[in-house]
Amino acid sequence: MAIEVRIPTILRNYTGGAKVVEGAGDTLTALIDDLDGKHSGLKGRLITAEGGLHRFVNIYVNDEDVRFLGALDAKLKDGDSITILPAVAGGALGFAAAAAFLGR
Amino acid sequence: MCTATHPATDCHGNVNAVLTIDRTIVDAIVAHARRDHPDEACGVVAGAIGSDVPSRHLPMDNAARSMTFYEFDSMEQLRVWREMDDLDEEPVVIYHSHTATEAFPSRTDISFAGEPNAHYLLVSTREPDSEEIRSFRIVDGVVAEEEVNIVDATVKA
Repeated sequence: MAIEVRIPTILRNYTGGAKVVEGAGDTLTALIDDLDGKHSGLKGRLITAEGGLHRFVNIYVNDEDVRFLGALDAKLKDGDSITILPAVAGGALGFAAAAAFLGR
Repeated sequence: MCTATHPATDCHGNVNAVLTIDRTIVDAIVAHARRDHPDEACGVVAGAIGSDVPSRHLPMDNAARSMTFYEFDSMEQLRVWREMDDLDEEPVVIYHSHTATEAFPSRTDISFAGEPNAHYLLVSTREPDSEEIRSFRIVDGVVAEEEVNIVDATVKA
């Protein structure tokens, strides 16, 4: 068995257009490394240069936001379903201030 | 349309650079923006995949509750995005308000824009008696303004 991962439109250029891909790993970090092996470049869109989860995406394990499950340390098991969505955010605030607001 | 001021290289997606949207939906978006003023309001208009017709207005909570920033609540977004998936819909329009500045995408808006097929609709509520309503495509950090064509009765409110 594997872990099903739903890919948003904006990242499907990394998956050959596929909406759903499969991966493996017992943590979110391990899963992302596994996915990046098959879909090179995906990791850079999910994880910042500093090694944290990118603010531009939301990642869910089943029905829960991974930020509430330990973020990259979130534990995964076979049969879990992962959903990646682009975070929808913005506003008149300048980008640096917005980044600070979001605690990046 | 891809005009001289908006060359073809700035035009994205599979449609002409125009957002056609029903007046009842625009009115509902403006009412939402007015209701939340001076905080920014945000939401989605869903439509059938590939139709480019925004037909179902979904006001979203601004989890940031800020006058200068908006952010969808991640759990509400998951619920709404799944619902669209089940109904074979996509986010045709993603809208938010600017409450003290013009209806033009900020650097923050551009950095976050993650739905390449969506029309990004901005409403400015800085004037008390009138609204500025403008629409943009934002793909790979490139902003292309498009015409907003407000029509009557493409959908039932």
